[in-house]
Amino acid sequence: MNKLKARGFSPVVTHRKEDGSRWTVKEKLMLGLTPKEYWATQFKNPFNWIIAVIYAVGLPVLVGRFIFGLGWATHSSYDYPWGLFLGWGLFVMVPLSASGFMMGTTVELFGRKDFKSLERLGLLNGLLGYLFAVVFLQVDLGQPWRLVYPMFVSLGPAAVLFLVAWHVATYLSVQVAELVPAFSEWMGLKKPKKFIKSIVLGLTISGIILSTLHQGALGGLFTYTPGKLHPLWFSSAFQWLHFFCSSIFGGLSMLIVVSTLTKWFMKWRCDDKFLKNLDYCTLGLAKGCSLALITYLVIKIIAVAHDNEWGYLFSGWGQWYLFELTAGVVAPMVLYALAIRNQNASLARFAALLAVLGIALNRMNTALWAFNWKLYQEIPHWREVMIAITVYTTYIVVYRFVLARMPIVYSWKGDE
Amino acid sequence: MKKINRRSFLKGGVAGTAAVATTGLSSKASAAGDFGGYPDSMGVLVDLTKCVGCRTCEAACNKEQGLPAPDLPFDDFSVFDMKGHGGQKRRTSEKEYTLVNRYDIPGRDKPIFRKFQCNHCQEPACLTSCFVNAYTKTKEGAVIYDESVCVGCRTCMVACPFYVPTYTYSSAINPVVKKCIMCYDTRLKFGRPPACVEACPQEVMTFGKRKDLINLGREKIKRNPGKYIDHIYGEKEVGGTSWMYMSDVSFDQVGFDTHLGNQPIISYVKDFLAMVPMVLTIWPALFTGFHLLSNRKKANEEKENSKS
Ligand code: SF4
Ligand code: SF4
Ligand code: SF4
Repeated sequence: MNKLKARGFSPVVTHRKEDGSRWTVKEKLMLGLTPKEYWATQFKNPFNWIIAVIYAVGLPVLVGRFIFGLGWATHSSYDYPWGLFLGWGLFVMVPLSASGFMMGTTVELFGRKDFKSLERLGLLNGLLGYLFAVVFLQVDLGQPWRLVYPMFVSLGPAAVLFLVAWHVATYLSVQVAELVPAFSEWMGLKKPKKFIKSIVLGLTISGIILSTLHQGALGGLFTYTPGKLHPLWFSSAFQWLHFFCSSIFGGLSMLIVVSTLTKWFMKWRCDDKFLKNLDYCTLGLAKGCSLALITYLVIKIIAVAHDNEWGYLFSGWGQWYLFELTAGVVAPMVLYALAIRNQNASLARFAALLAVLGIALNRMNTALWAFNWKLYQEIPHWREVMIAITVYTTYIVVYRFVLARMPIVYSWKGDE
Repeated sequence: MKKINRRSFLKGGVAGTAAVATTGLSSKASAAGDFGGYPDSMGVLVDLTKCVGCRTCEAACNKEQGLPAPDLPFDDFSVFDMKGHGGQKRRTSEKEYTLVNRYDIPGRDKPIFRKFQCNHCQEPACLTSCFVNAYTKTKEGAVIYDESVCVGCRTCMVACPFYVPTYTYSSAINPVVKKCIMCYDTRLKFGRPPACVEACPQEVMTFGKRKDLINLGREKIKRNPGKYIDHIYGEKEVGGTSWMYMSDVSFDQVGFDTHLGNQPIISYVKDFLAMVPMVLTIWPALFTGFHLLSNRKKANEEKENSKS
């Protein structure tokens, strides 16, 4: 597509064609190309071929999981009831999707309109991340069709997961609402956009509350496991704070990573405003990240001191823990600081990648590797790995599909 | 209010003050954690020194609970040498709610056997972690489970400190949790001892009121000086359990986790639960305030700019 653009093609950004007639929805979906041109570009894209291969293997396995049950797709472990689907799909995806509420807060609440060009990407990253966390959950639940039971059939309000369920569900609808303007611009509907605009502050604040609570609650889930999770990763008093605080730089760093990828692979879709502002915004986000990283590092150390766990640091687990902290927290923190000082956005992008990997490592450690540290290491079944890859690929496909169409990284011209 | 557990951060300055301010609110949210079990609930005292590893209890449970036929017959003792998933000793599964494992202790003339099943905690982690309330602690002491509401999130399996609940992963349509229910619907409800207890030829297990069993255990330890370890496992562990154990070798040598502490699992979750009402009440005001402030600031700046 980038090449097409270089040759003078311009994707749909308004309701009317040059000759004054309206684009139909179908034409909008094809980005203003003729069907033949559209499919030709899709075929030429090597990335699509990779996706096709993943689907060829992964989709049958995914379908198999629902036909033959979890026992067929996983090791059916009684000791590790949660595997990759939740370890990766819930515990890693959700903090990396905290960008939605962070951007909403920055732009709508603190009135930092200078970040406006990144706001929608932040919101979209949030919405899709949560949506696919729920998809992962549905793959993992023994009886996914009972998903609404905790809401309407049998309530266990004193359980941490009850909170997660309710908050993720409510927050998903908040995020859908927050993205209605983008959709209604694209569809040419005026009313919904105006309505959302009138309640945007309320939406943003409920977004903050819900996010604080469910990001924290994901950590809270592990406070049930004092005897199973390694003490260095376990903290009764601080677990929720660790999870919440790290989701701040997790979400922002993921936003930097995604915006970088967009700039590389979907430049044709970005408008000048987005591209011109990107370095400035990236460095702004970097500032937020470095503050959150410092706070996180401090409360991580406080937690070790509070439970007096210094001794563990000298064990093998301690080395692993220190590696997680050094590579995933200290390194991005230092790099972010350098990037801000030298106004070097590329360096900030590298720091963001490290921070994202750091979050992933932390959540995987908590959910799988340092879990049951007294027992044995569980290596996921290949089918489980394949399903996780397939679902994640779908996440990327949907992400790309929306980015290419809705006014996320470009502004819609001429509302009517 | 019960004493806050040792891990809580009440010691810690400002954060501590905030926690004090909210414990009042939280006591309701975590009321389950202050529940010390029913006073007259029943229990079982297991004397490991008497067990000979005949596996009669396993067979009795299989029959009583209508479980599928075992892979190897119950009189096959090669199972004691089998290693399960992850190189662990045998563990309970969706097909067996209880089993006996052999432990060879250096210096002890005979191996020692340990029966494993749900311990029927006084404040069960499985119960407090379930978001559809599938578990019930009955007044007789059993922890039972209602499969008709279970979503299959398996948090209860994650939360149980003894690795008890198992899951019928093999079923695609109706997978459910499986675990020992202390023979609640067929026996305990009517005041009768569980099948495994009654079947044991060595009278390893004593069925009775939990508080009487504790006295009985203490008495036995006193009357046989030097025979037993001076500890009844389950009297206090994770808030106390209905099934309790006596042994003549230290408990960690027979596969018991001796680092679980005496706090019920839910007490570790309290710090988080305490923060929930705080966020719900303070956040909206706080952030609306921020919003107003930042807007005022901007308005002022604009005024300044237009003056100069
Ligand atoms: S042993 Fe585990 S499954 Fe049994 S009551 Fe206690 S927490 Fe629940
Ligand atoms: S698996 Fe079922 S019983 Fe266990 S916590 Fe989830 S819903 Fe409750
Ligand atoms: S109490 Fe009943 S269900 Fe539990 S192990 Fe014994 S026989 Fe089986």
